[in-house]
Amino acid sequence: MTASEESGGTSAPTMSEYRRREQSVTLAPVDEQLAEGAERDTHDELLTLNFGPHHPATHGVLRLLVTLQGEVVRDIKPIIGYVHTGIEKTAEDKSYWKVIPVIERMDYLAYYFNAMAYCAAVEALAEVEVPPRAQYLRVIHLELNRIASHLIWLGTSALDLGAVSIFLYCLRERELILDLFEMSSGARMHTRYFQVGGVIEDIPRGFEARLREFIEVMPGRADEYGAILNSNEIILQRLRGTCPLDADTLLSLGVTGPLLRAAGHPWDLRKADPYSSYEHFDFKIPVGTTGDNYDRYAVRLAEIYESVKILEQALDGLPEGPHITEDRKIALPPRHELATSMEALIHHFKLVTEGFRVPPGEIYLPIESPRGELGCYVRSDGSSKPARVHMRDPSFVNLQALSHMVKGSYIADLIATVAMLDPILGGIDR
Amino acid sequence: MEVKREPLGAGASADASGLRVREMGSWQLLRGAQLEGANRPGHLRTEEELVGDDLERYVHERVLTTTLDKTVAWARSNSFFPLAFGLACCAMEQFHAAGPRMDIARFGYEAFRASPRQADLIILAGRVSIKMAPIIRRLYDQMLEPKWAISMGACCSSMGVFNNYALVPADKFLPIDVYIPGCPPRPEALMHGVLKLRKMVQDDPDMGWRERYDARGTEEVVPEAFAEQRAGAEPRRAPEGEEAGA
Amino acid sequence: MPDATGLELIARDLRAAAAADATDAPSSAVVETIFFRGRATLVVESAHIRTVLASLRERGYSFLCSVHGVDHYPHEPRLGVCYELLDMRTVDRITVKLLLGSDAAEVDSVYPDGEDGRGWPTANHQEREVYDMFGVVFRGHPDLRRILMPEDYEGHPLRRDFPIGGEPVIFTYNEHTTLGSAQ
Repeated sequence: MTASEESGGTSAPTMSEYRRREQSVTLAPVDEQLAEGAERDTHDELLTLNFGPHHPATHGVLRLLVTLQGEVVRDIKPIIGYVHTGIEKTAEDKSYWKVIPVIERMDYLAYYFNAMAYCAAVEALAEVEVPPRAQYLRVIHLELNRIASHLIWLGTSALDLGAVSIFLYCLRERELILDLFEMSSGARMHTRYFQVGGVIEDIPRGFEARLREFIEVMPGRADEYGAILNSNEIILQRLRGTCPLDADTLLSLGVTGPLLRAAGHPWDLRKADPYSSYEHFDFKIPVGTTGDNYDRYAVRLAEIYESVKILEQALDGLPEGPHITEDRKIALPPRHELATSMEALIHHFKLVTEGFRVPPGEIYLPIESPRGELGCYVRSDGSSKPARVHMRDPSFVNLQALSHMVKGSYIADLIATVAMLDPILGGIDR
Repeated sequence: MEVKREPLGAGASADASGLRVREMGSWQLLRGAQLEGANRPGHLRTEEELVGDDLERYVHERVLTTTLDKTVAWARSNSFFPLAFGLACCAMEQFHAAGPRMDIARFGYEAFRASPRQADLIILAGRVSIKMAPIIRRLYDQMLEPKWAISMGACCSSMGVFNNYALVPADKFLPIDVYIPGCPPRPEALMHGVLKLRKMVQDDPDMGWRERYDARGTEEVVPEAFAEQRAGAEPRRAPEGEEAGA
Repeated sequence: MPDATGLELIARDLRAAAAADATDAPSSAVVETIFFRGRATLVVESAHIRTVLASLRERGYSFLCSVHGVDHYPHEPRLGVCYELLDMRTVDRITVKLLLGSDAAEVDSVYPDGEDGRGWPTANHQEREVYDMFGVVFRGHPDLRRILMPEDYEGHPLRRDFPIGGEPVIFTYNEHTTLGSAQ
């Protein structure tokens, strides 16, 4: 075949340059090949590829402009804004109570966390005490939501890497969790369960039994996922050693959450700066060693076990008491009081029509969401509507680390890294 | 993009021959000639009665008269290939509809295609921002016809929870066939909407698609009744002035 | 959070540092200290933001959590930019705030490394968001474009005088007059 190959036109040798290069395919690592290319004075072109907003492997509508040299990523530019909903602007238009459903829809997998950050910020501004039973109920729902968020992350990431059945297994567990949410609040997602001052309703009668069943079942199921994925050759090849980033760079980029913990820095706001009675619970924080994709995966999988532990302790130690603050200026009075007490009626009327007023001031309150530090900045000007609500979303800040992570690795590693980064575009774009 | 909101099916604008027809039950058209005048039920009377060639043409365009049409419609309705397109929270419930409990594969719709060229159903799951709207329009244009669009959730059907500067209701730039309310709609609600679409497709395969797009004359298979008319008319293109996407 | 006295000590040090640097008019870097609900805020002049953040970094507040904007609309100066800092060793938080008038909405970007020290890489997207939503121009930011809105959008949505927009809700009483209705 080589003898008959003629390159077109000029007085060429029997084999074209291209053909000769193809014949001598080398398995040397990429850097060496590039260096060879430079020596041979070949022209390597950088190709800019658009991972459009509609792409099956980007988690949500994330657009990436990837500059490639062959299959190696040289530069990456994320472009966001494709699901920008103007949540912060809408929140300025509504009274404090009505902001809760709006702000819940921001990071749409961690909806209780959005509501928690906002409610905690307003409670700090208005100096409202949250009763201990409400704090424990909040912890229960937050940890359930953390498990649910990690399950979707695991399902979609495994789907990206090719393990399609994990997706269905994770959804099976998530259905159990959403059943629990439906029992306590009536809705599966975006439940408006957290209110300023506590939770909207106490848990119904079968909730505890169902939750205990779930606590029994979940660690075994997480073991199943581990058994399938932990030693899987494909997972190891795709995730081990790919796209590591050290903790110092991550800190300078503002990254928190499982990404930082996978790099070895044990920073978790539940332990460092406990809120909502997290200090009563005994749990560990999984920390990785090298900060590569495999560590990020392992940290999140281990967090599921820790969350189950917290759930069990919270359920065992659930104190009696009111489920929302007794301050009638902030929380609605129970309906049976409306028939007998005039003040209850007036409070109810004022709260429903105008809403409660919060003294002027501003506050920034961070909590630990499944993706990192979720902070809520609320500024009030004394009226019944907030003057500014800003959510510091962890995915928004973590996305800046993506280009540092994938520079110099292959496209396949890019896909795995985007999956392990766990971006939620609703939170990024707000 | 120009906004044209018209109810499906019953075109307020005139069709090619200048007649204005109202929606009629299909069987009435076939049997209407037998019930004359006062015997015809009131809600099925038309202002201008269709006669002769016009009636035949109307029937041919809208009514499933042949077994082949019925078979094709049945096959199409049972094998939607949805586009894997999730925008926001509703996408999570879309996953659950494809999950093990509410299994969308029971109905044959589990083949979520990544490429719009291979899909015929776009389920707009989530809120459509102004940056995303031209892109969705391009995706929709890339889909093969016959294609259908379901607007899932309150945010794309109307403005949903967020009535503000950043969102666009989906029917401003896409002809939507089924709207599913909810925020987010339960997976059962999504199934209900998809099954409603399935019923609509079985009854009327293109659902007035060509009127919506003012695309008379683009039919591939033409009944002989007006093949000669088609030979004279030029094929119409999509409504003038509307560009697909920014 | 540093308690009230700790906050005053920090403010005094910063003012001293700024006074030592200032060759021309004696400007005080720290305009105001606020201690509210157990949280400390320093209001600084916008010219000194990089030096203030650098000296706070030396004091241990090495993690910049958030850069976000506020609009105090009827009051001038109207646009504010808040920088939330965190000291991870002692779990201390402090907020640095600066106020800008709408006609002079420019401030030095803290993102790039400058002659006066290292920058804060985490401020990259966050400053772009403040620019997009409020119109504050960050001098020295290498890539100051809109991040959430389309790049050719006009207006800065989160300003308080920007209308909230949206579609009119169609009821039966206004469906005939609402634009785009079928009738």
